[in-house]
Amino acid sequence: MRTLRGIYVIWYREILRFLRDPSRIIGMFAQPLLYLLLIGNGISHAFSLNAAHGANYMSFMFPGIVGMSVLFTSIFGAVSIVWDREFGFLKEVFVSPLPRWAIAIGKAAGGSSVALIQGAVMLLLAPAVGLHLTIPTFLEMLGVLLLVSLALVALGIVIASRMSTMQGFQMVMNFIIMPLFFLSGALYPLRGMPGWLYTLMHIDPLTYGVDALRHIMYGISPLATLLTSFSMGLDLLVTVGVTAVLLVVAGVLFNGAKTA
Amino acid sequence: MSEAAPTPKGLPLPDADEDVIVVRDLVKTYDRIEAVRGISFSVRAKEVFGFLGPNGAGKTTTIKILATLLGPTSGHCEVAGMDVVTHQREVRDRIGLVFQDPTLDQQLTAEENLVFHGMLYGLSAAEVRRRAGPLMEIAGLAERRKSIVKTYSGGMMRRLEIVRGLLHAPEVLFLDEPTIGLDPQSRAQMWEVILSMGKEQGCSIFMTTHYMEEAEFTQRIAIIDHGGIQAIGSPAELKRQHGTDMIIVEADATPEDPGWAKALGATVRGASPRFEITLPDAETALPRVIEAFGGHVSRVEVRRPTLETVFLQITGREIREEGPADQMAQMHRMWRRGR
Repeated sequence: MRTLRGIYVIWYREILRFLRDPSRIIGMFAQPLLYLLLIGNGISHAFSLNAAHGANYMSFMFPGIVGMSVLFTSIFGAVSIVWDREFGFLKEVFVSPLPRWAIAIGKAAGGSSVALIQGAVMLLLAPAVGLHLTIPTFLEMLGVLLLVSLALVALGIVIASRMSTMQGFQMVMNFIIMPLFFLSGALYPLRGMPGWLYTLMHIDPLTYGVDALRHIMYGISPLATLLTSFSMGLDLLVTVGVTAVLLVVAGVLFNGAKTA
Repeated sequence: MSEAAPTPKGLPLPDADEDVIVVRDLVKTYDRIEAVRGISFSVRAKEVFGFLGPNGAGKTTTIKILATLLGPTSGHCEVAGMDVVTHQREVRDRIGLVFQDPTLDQQLTAEENLVFHGMLYGLSAAEVRRRAGPLMEIAGLAERRKSIVKTYSGGMMRRLEIVRGLLHAPEVLFLDEPTIGLDPQSRAQMWEVILSMGKEQGCSIFMTTHYMEEAEFTQRIAIIDHGGIQAIGSPAELKRQHGTDMIIVEADATPEDPGWAKALGATVRGASPRFEITLPDAETALPRVIEAFGGHVSRVEVRRPTLETVFLQITGREIREEGPADQMAQMHRMWRRGR
């Protein structure tokens, strides 16, 4: 009970800080528009993809862009740990009787809540780019995004628990997050890739999350067989598994994290 | 006192029932550097206890060990009846901490910071508000409780941290250099707040300082240097044991009968018109000193020993006041925060 209250207040603080920062709220709406209009429209006009099936590049890329915005929001959610460390606030949390794993869970819940709001904003913008989602589709996609964002925040915590400066965190971001995104199949399909790239894309856990989003979005239309790579079952299995493992690793590593 | 046995002899044996902190033979070594060299002491319930010593003497290391933030290399520490190594969580539940550097969330209001803290310690938001009321009143922050902490001055932030440290009714409040970086006026005000809040809550206070005048606020003080306790006692006891009174007499003649000095156990230095007389009990001896000089005295001054002179006598050096190195460290901290 006491631990739950502690987890709740750590989550609550993340939400409070988000709501209090106008630049983050503006960014939450501006970022998806930017992605959809500039990247999505730009690339879909440059290439036309298999118009015969009624598929345009936008409908291929939309789940990928949603995944991308959740990826960045989630990872930046974990940055708050590095931030708290720099401002000394982490000490206040670390000397409390709340166990470290509970702190990690509170942080993960806070970060993925914000990421999920971002994901919902993205999905609501689907009609703006000519895609129509039903309510069940919307909810199912949100469910997958929750799993994906939890995994990514946990990954962020793993990195943040070992980083003491903002610069260090950004370095790691560039070396881990960008490849994770590029290899996820968000921008280009896995099919027809050279062997080594194909293998890397199979290793990237984000690939399965993006694939699950596509399954839900295309439903039983012929696009599903064309644009997805794995079965929905495998996608969910890998995503849930990776999320669980990363959460545990985050909890364990956080245990040894230093205050300053 | 030898380096090997820095704890003064004749220390009363710790009484487990009354002592809120018991430390025995505590050693902490970082990379072969002995930061704390086998210290033993105890702090009684409701006592205001201080560690006085220069930077790098081992004060912060000791606090960190007692607060379970750092493991001891060897030795035994109990806080509120709990072992700091085996019962970390229980100890954390029973202590409050105020660090040297601010640890507030500056983007939240004072009240939000307090609610956050209280809930980490299992209190409800309503309970936090109820408890915080009187404490915020004492701290002079009641009217500003809904302000974002970023708008607070340094002194206000420190007072808020003390309120926060006491919110969960700890048995001991640890204060690591609570007034560092504050101007002298804020420092005095801070002490008023600390002492009256400590009394209100009935908890022990363990604090470190390198300001001599602040050591006077404690009931007992340990003088710590080179990782060892060099002396321990109330400020008055330490002055009695390690300092001597001095009477300065300005007179245009030397006493005719030199026997008076021997009778009082005094040493006389100097010559007309200024004499420095060191002796055990200046206030009682003063009439006889004046008498000895006859009608030739034009001015008399009694100097009681200060902790400054006590410290000098015990450690053989003056405590380092805030010098360029501290200012650099502070600037560095501000710079880091400002980024």
